[in-house]
Amino acid sequence: MSDKIPVTVLTGYLGAGKTTLLNRILTEQHGKKYAVIVNEFGEIGIDNDLVVGADEEVFEMNNGCICCTVRGDLIRIIEGLMKRRGKFDAIIVETTGLADPAPVAQTFFVDQDVSDKARLDAVVTVADAKWLTERLKDAPEAKNQIAFADVIILNKTDLVSPEELAEVEARIRAINPYATLHRTQRAAVPLDAVLGRNAFDLDRILAIEPAFLEEGEGHHHHHDHDHDHDHGCGPGCAHDHGGLKHYHDEHMQSVSIKLGEVDPEKFMPWINDLTQREGPKILRSKGILAFKNEPKRFVFQGVHMILDGDLQRDWKPGEERQSRLVFIGRDLDAEMIRAGAQACAA
Amino acid sequence: MSSPTPSITSLTQFVVEHAAGEHVVAAAFLKQTPTLALADGSVLLIVGEGAARKVEAHPDAGILTAASDGAALVTGGDDGRVVRTTADGATEEVGNSKGRWIDALAVSPSGALAWAAGKIVTARDDKGRLRTWQAPSTPQGLCFAPKGYRVAVSHYNGVSLWFPNTEAEPEKLEWKGSHLDVTWSADGRFVVTSMQENSLHGWRLPEKADMRMTGYPSKTRSFSWSHDGNWLATSGADAAIVWPFSSKEGPMGKPPRECGIRPAKVSRVAFHPGALVLAVGYEDGFILLVRLNDGAELLVRKADPERGAVTALAWDKRGKHLVFGTEGGAAGVLTLPA
Ligand SMILES: [Zn+2]
Ligand SMILES: [Zn+2]
Repeated sequence: MSDKIPVTVLTGYLGAGKTTLLNRILTEQHGKKYAVIVNEFGEIGIDNDLVVGADEEVFEMNNGCICCTVRGDLIRIIEGLMKRRGKFDAIIVETTGLADPAPVAQTFFVDQDVSDKARLDAVVTVADAKWLTERLKDAPEAKNQIAFADVIILNKTDLVSPEELAEVEARIRAINPYATLHRTQRAAVPLDAVLGRNAFDLDRILAIEPAFLEEGEGHHHHHDHDHDHDHGCGPGCAHDHGGLKHYHDEHMQSVSIKLGEVDPEKFMPWINDLTQREGPKILRSKGILAFKNEPKRFVFQGVHMILDGDLQRDWKPGEERQSRLVFIGRDLDAEMIRAGAQACAA
Repeated sequence: MSSPTPSITSLTQFVVEHAAGEHVVAAAFLKQTPTLALADGSVLLIVGEGAARKVEAHPDAGILTAASDGAALVTGGDDGRVVRTTADGATEEVGNSKGRWIDALAVSPSGALAWAAGKIVTARDDKGRLRTWQAPSTPQGLCFAPKGYRVAVSHYNGVSLWFPNTEAEPEKLEWKGSHLDVTWSADGRFVVTSMQENSLHGWRLPEKADMRMTGYPSKTRSFSWSHDGNWLATSGADAAIVWPFSSKEGPMGKPPRECGIRPAKVSRVAFHPGALVLAVGYEDGFILLVRLNDGAELLVRKADPERGAVTALAWDKRGKHLVFGTEGGAAGVLTLPA
């Protein structure tokens, strides 16, 4: 497993600071060599023989489903790079500002040749603190990139006031409360905050949870409201909850569920059926399950309809055998998902 | 005391190994010289037992794809260059796509060649005249028609049959999905592609009748036609899957032969140029010769997982020698006992 090449997907709007970050990764002394797959070829002013131009060719798979897509060009490029795998330690895939990250991520789960040799490390989204709020209103792809991210680099914070910054962060959290968020100027973030995250590693899924599970106090409302679209909380509407601004996004929500032990005989058919039916709307899903009479934790993650799950380490002595599930998606029926999960209780 | 009788099923003592030291992308015989295209941009000419000459065909770059007409090895690099290397070690740049990767390459027996870089396919005839065509999506495979100056280009949702010397739009063979490699039967009647979703698709010409060939556990990335044109051997399963093409309908309704069943996937296949004997290379480095008529097997190379999958296999014209190479840089030449 560990000799699989890690792949970081770098998304974000043109001008948000993606290229600045990429140039830093390529020039800073960190003792690692990166192969970079870029779309805006020529933007990188660095002569590097491991920079490869790509065409973002999104192919549908033959199951006739619109969400089941892969990047055909990426499969070919990774196959080519793997012939020279001694030349680099990791791969970075830059997507265009308009790209949906899902086909890129799905490529690493669906294509056997790719998944044998490379593993997705994290989806990193670079966002412009000044313009993101506007983009979230007029550009569905910007919302997708925020929703999909494991790490969000909120850049150019020097160009906004503290109030504006709080506002844009609240908007990000309305869509994706779970990503690790870094505020930066000139994309100056420690590179280990971006690279080597293991965000897709089933073993590490709990490790990124605190960011979303510890937002308990006064913040539970996002669970309670996200089915409640018609109460007037559109993207332009903010409540004040004890000084913390909270936004609702009209179409992109997250649903997080906590419950005790679950029955695998009920859970597996339910999650499979849910992701098959609602897959086009579910961008990301993750979960850690305490199966009844099972000493090990069951961990899963998904991108649209594609699920990857496994029994991982033992529950530790004294560790609460609690099941946790998270779904991020578009127009999710939170009530239905919640009820379905509750029905799996053991 | 008599020496132990060598096992009749093994030919390993007739193999001379040569360390290539790099991922072997392709192999060919340039007249009698076994030649390897390596991922580090070089071409290795094996000039004698244990002696090899390294030619820097793509300095400071890598080779992605290669093809041979028996006179030269033509290589396509991640430097965008297409380079022709001959047995004397001379190199000549025959094409340049300015830094774009060369994704696919084909040569015709008459010396024409075609390559794809991005969506652009370039054909170069035997006089060096260039023609280009833009495919609807990035081509993954190219091959020449057995007769005439015509190129089959595989891409998303099908194959285009392009006459480089006419302005006419290429003829389309349509089938939904991502088509990888493409091959054309010697009688010109069948065009077959491998697909992203572990299957083959074929078209019978001129009717364009569809043929589905499924059941593979992984992608097919190696094809080989038998010398008589009656069989198409393919990689991608735990045996070489060999489809019968002798009848007018092709393989439809007929089961394929499975040659060399092992607990490892077949990565390369190469039919002998004059007999129904198939060289089969596996992902664990194992190589077998299998006689199609009775399934008899001869061992060429034992498993060597350390040095990876067999990535290149080629016979010489007379069928006396077989050259192979692996992902991990092992290579060798089998000389069949007289
Ligand atoms: Zn789908
Ligand atoms: Zn509210």
